[in-house]
Amino acid sequence: MRLITAVIKPFKLDDVKAALEQFGIKGMTVSEASGYGRQRGHTEVYRGAEYQVDLVPKVRLEVLAEEDDAEDVIDVIVKAAQTGKIGDGKVWSVPVDTVVRVRTGERGPEAL
Amino acid sequence: MKIDSGSTAWMLVSTALVLLMTPGLAFFYGGMTRAKSVLNMMMMSWVSIITVTITWVLYGYSLAFDAVDNASGFLNKIVGGLDNIGLMGVNEAAYNDTFPMMVFSAFQLTFAIITVALISGTIADRAKFGAWVVFTIVWATIVYFPVAHWVWGGGWLTQLGIEDFAGGTVVHINAGAAALALALVLGKRAGWRKEPMRPHNLTLVLLGAGLLWFGWFGFNAGSELAADGTAGLAFMNTQIATAVAAGAWLVVEKFRDGHATSLGVASGAVAGLVAITPACGFVDPWAAMLIGLLAGAACAYAIGLKYKLGYDDSLDVVGVHLVGGVIGAVALGFVAAYPFLDGQNKGLFYGGGWTQLGLQVLGPVAVGAYSFVVTYIIGKVIDKVMGFRINAEAEITGVDITTHAETGYDLGTIHSSGVAAVNGPVPAPASKKVDA
Repeated sequence: MRLITAVIKPFKLDDVKAALEQFGIKGMTVSEASGYGRQRGHTEVYRGAEYQVDLVPKVRLEVLAEEDDAEDVIDVIVKAAQTGKIGDGKVWSVPVDTVVRVRTGERGPEAL
Repeated sequence: MKIDSGSTAWMLVSTALVLLMTPGLAFFYGGMTRAKSVLNMMMMSWVSIITVTITWVLYGYSLAFDAVDNASGFLNKIVGGLDNIGLMGVNEAAYNDTFPMMVFSAFQLTFAIITVALISGTIADRAKFGAWVVFTIVWATIVYFPVAHWVWGGGWLTQLGIEDFAGGTVVHINAGAAALALALVLGKRAGWRKEPMRPHNLTLVLLGAGLLWFGWFGFNAGSELAADGTAGLAFMNTQIATAVAAGAWLVVEKFRDGHATSLGVASGAVAGLVAITPACGFVDPWAAMLIGLLAGAACAYAIGLKYKLGYDDSLDVVGVHLVGGVIGAVALGFVAAYPFLDGQNKGLFYGGGWTQLGLQVLGPVAVGAYSFVVTYIIGKVIDKVMGFRINAEAEITGVDITTHAETGYDLGTIHSSGVAAVNGPVPAPASKKVDA
């Protein structure tokens, strides 16, 4: 099994979610994140005092998938999250040893 | 006791309106601080209501408004007498045969409260609460009460003929100069100009500015001390100057920074309210527009002074209240028209010559200098005796949690899961296995 993590633009979350559902992914974990990269941040001005905010709001999405599906899942995410502009984010995957469903105690692929 | 019921009703309402400004100020200031010190910021306003009310009843009203007749009259130029301590003798009197003196006393009390509360904006995030409580009592006693007497209570500035319709000098220049002194006594916040110190909640700032604007109608139109034509003029001029100043601030921001901001509209409104305060009952509407324009634009630049001069006036009490107050007071020297009064020294533009302008400069200089010097001394003495500033660790952790044992917001589920039982410590986890 593999854990696929994607850091994407927040407004692309719905598209990615829909695409993953269509692909057959049943669950995912989504959290708010702050990114620091080539997109740079923005400037905020309060009573004339400028603040350079270099962290950009991002969404972090985590999906567990079976080994054979992993590359396809990554492609689905990339296709749905792409705008072609700087700041679209990154997707990566890492191997996972064990997955347990807390409710039933099922292990491995049955727990996905 | 002869009174006018219409004016009495209006003064009762005005008093409540002005009192509302202090909780409004708490929102205005509270939103501008960081989340970790919002409660302390709001508490500094709230506690001013407590301390100033008590001192006012005990002796404050008497020191400000008891006009003593002594042989030389010298003492009366500086401070009022003691005939009204504990509000003695106030019940039987009426102000100018218009409304009960007790209402006058309550009305003036609300001014004393907000003047003290205004100062707190300069020392956000870093003041000891106990030291602030002591400061409010001492400052009201030896700065506010005498200055109110000078300008409104028959003191030396009244006798010279300085005009301050609703408190540009007594309230705003006084508080602004005190804020500058206190910013110097306490020093800069840890991380000032290095870490971001963004306002944590601009919706609170806008709510506070709205409440201030609303209450200010009592402040300004109520200061006519009657329900009459001047009160109506003061009311309209307040609206005009505030709207124009808020717009002027936005225009400055748009051209200087590229964006018109919500903090800008709130700040501009307050700057306009401050500047029209001394003039609202004395000028024509066109002059209220001019004053609003000047105040909105000038204060939008004045708030940058602290970065150039290196003092941490955290929420810009100096840039808005001192600068706005001076603009209003001095403008009166040019545009005072007195549509409802005879025999006054009119402003320069109305052919009144230089006399009124000179007086309108003298008032701010005298009050500003007195307030700055005395506040600096009070601040230094409190700092020596009990310490005015919390320690560095408490400041970085946040004054709310270290001083008040509270936090303004509970937004995370993890933090709230650690909350204790309502009336005791957290119960120990049950050792028995709960049935699955």
